[in-house]
Amino acid sequence: MYHKTLSYRIFSICNNIFLTVVSIACLLPLLHLLMVSLSSTAPANAGLVTFWPIGFTFEAYAKTFDNANFLASLWVSVERTVLGTALALVVNTTAAYALSKETQVFRARNVYLWYFVVTMLFSGGLIPGYILVLKLGLMNTLWALILPGLVAVFNIILLLNFFRGVPKDLEEAAFIDGAGHLRTFFSIYLPLSLPVIATVSLFMMVGHWNSYFDGIIYIRDTEKLPLASFMQTIIVQADMSKLDPEAVANLSQRTIRASQIFISALPILLVYPFLQRYFVTGIVVGAVKE
Amino acid sequence: MEANLSEQTKDSTVRRSKRKKGRRQPWILHFMVLPAAIMVFIFSYIPMSGIVMAFQDYKPALGFAESPWVGLKHFQYMWENDYFLKITGNTLFFACTKIIMNLIVPFVFALLLNEVRKMALKRSIQTLVYLPHFLSWVTLSGILIDMLAQTGLINQFIVYLFGTKPIFFLGDGNWFRFTVIVSDVWKEFGFNTIIFLAALSGINPALYEAAEVDGATRWKQTLHITMPSLVPITIVIATLALGNVLNANFDQIFNLYSPLIYQQGDIIDTFVYREGLLSGQFSFATAVNLFKSVISLILIAVSYRLAYRFAGYRIF
Repeated sequence: MYHKTLSYRIFSICNNIFLTVVSIACLLPLLHLLMVSLSSTAPANAGLVTFWPIGFTFEAYAKTFDNANFLASLWVSVERTVLGTALALVVNTTAAYALSKETQVFRARNVYLWYFVVTMLFSGGLIPGYILVLKLGLMNTLWALILPGLVAVFNIILLLNFFRGVPKDLEEAAFIDGAGHLRTFFSIYLPLSLPVIATVSLFMMVGHWNSYFDGIIYIRDTEKLPLASFMQTIIVQADMSKLDPEAVANLSQRTIRASQIFISALPILLVYPFLQRYFVTGIVVGAVKE
Repeated sequence: MEANLSEQTKDSTVRRSKRKKGRRQPWILHFMVLPAAIMVFIFSYIPMSGIVMAFQDYKPALGFAESPWVGLKHFQYMWENDYFLKITGNTLFFACTKIIMNLIVPFVFALLLNEVRKMALKRSIQTLVYLPHFLSWVTLSGILIDMLAQTGLINQFIVYLFGTKPIFFLGDGNWFRFTVIVSDVWKEFGFNTIIFLAALSGINPALYEAAEVDGATRWKQTLHITMPSLVPITIVIATLALGNVLNANFDQIFNLYSPLIYQQGDIIDTFVYREGLLSGQFSFATAVNLFKSVISLILIAVSYRLAYRFAGYRIF
């Protein structure tokens, strides 16, 4: 038994310590951010805060939630996430169900499949996409953030691979009982596929919440910017021209910046435990097939 | 007996005709694909036709029909442009280094994690290392800009430890490259480990038992059982990564770079964004993007072909 030898025991202890250190290193930047956001302005600006708050206060959070721009963006993000995920789920699962059928059942299946896969391999690129949104009149609307990415071919493939794993006998039984495709889809496939649907919808939600670039190019009014785009403009581009003077004064404070970043990351941290439970199965279903 | 038989046949014909009900209505299946197909047509296929502007001098006021055709002018300009060659080099550098690092680090990490016997510890480590993958580059660059500043946490630490001057992580070309690679590996290594862990759990335990009987040490087992078992999946990942050698991660670079380090940090995608949407050079930007898309398409086709041939991999 190798794990009883002295050398393996020494290795094992070192290994555990090393891996623990590495995994904590994945958390430290977030922890530092949280501590800065909970500290008083002076020690934070002087760079004294490391991994413990100095002069503990919620002042930065209070000011952040006082900021009308921030709240408006937060709401836009919630809207796009909820609406975008719901719509995408309907469109993608129904398509995946049809495409999961065999060629004998659904003769056009392969044609459709290639029709979708081509868009994974090749795209018109940034400028034609931008001009299309402009011409459709979607500029500066919520739809510009939802419609262009509504169909995610990768998700369709993930779902259809899962649907194919549903035992054929169930479907046969439903057909014998007189159910059509729609009924079979809603009463058999959907309930049996909840884990993978949960995975896919969590991925979609995280995608929507984190997505910033579409907001930057398609949205002009500050109050319609989703939170990620709003954060991108003020923190990365340091473009304060869209804000009122008071908001600018607040932003120069390190603690307020930290609190805003933390709040924008918070929903991800909150869904993460659920996300983690499901995505491993999802990834494995999608990637390593027997 | 005879009656029974005929009843059976009757029963089975009824069953067969009913069974066909689901199959007789493929129009419902068409109807189910339709919404997705229409959306893809509008938002993927129509923009593809917009690529013609790469061969035009596109003016928004004139539209596609009226804008003058200029043939390969933009491509010629691109090739004669030293800066374009520079950013192609940068793109290749970032993408290839990331591909290699994101293969090696997760591979080693999965092997080490595989040796952790305490399930609680193993699970906690996994929970922590997957987390950064889900944070956006906007969030992370906000944190990095703060931590890597001249007076930020990292530089305080460096000054304290080595007594040197603070490092200009995001303002010096070489340090920028270093920061980009390290932060990308930091963000993605945990997530990339998943696929190796899945492959590890698929190894037949009988192999280890047999090796144990033969007196193989754990290191020998790792060398002769575990690592060879990971070869197929490693080949698949490496081959599929081929399609990404021109993808240096727009989100990361875009949120970390600044004009100071364009020479070493600018990549094709950020260049397309600046030329196209900020400077309004629609046609030139589309030409650059088209060049990149075509090369990527060829590489993806080749990589899938290779992955199928070497490892029997198919996506659906």
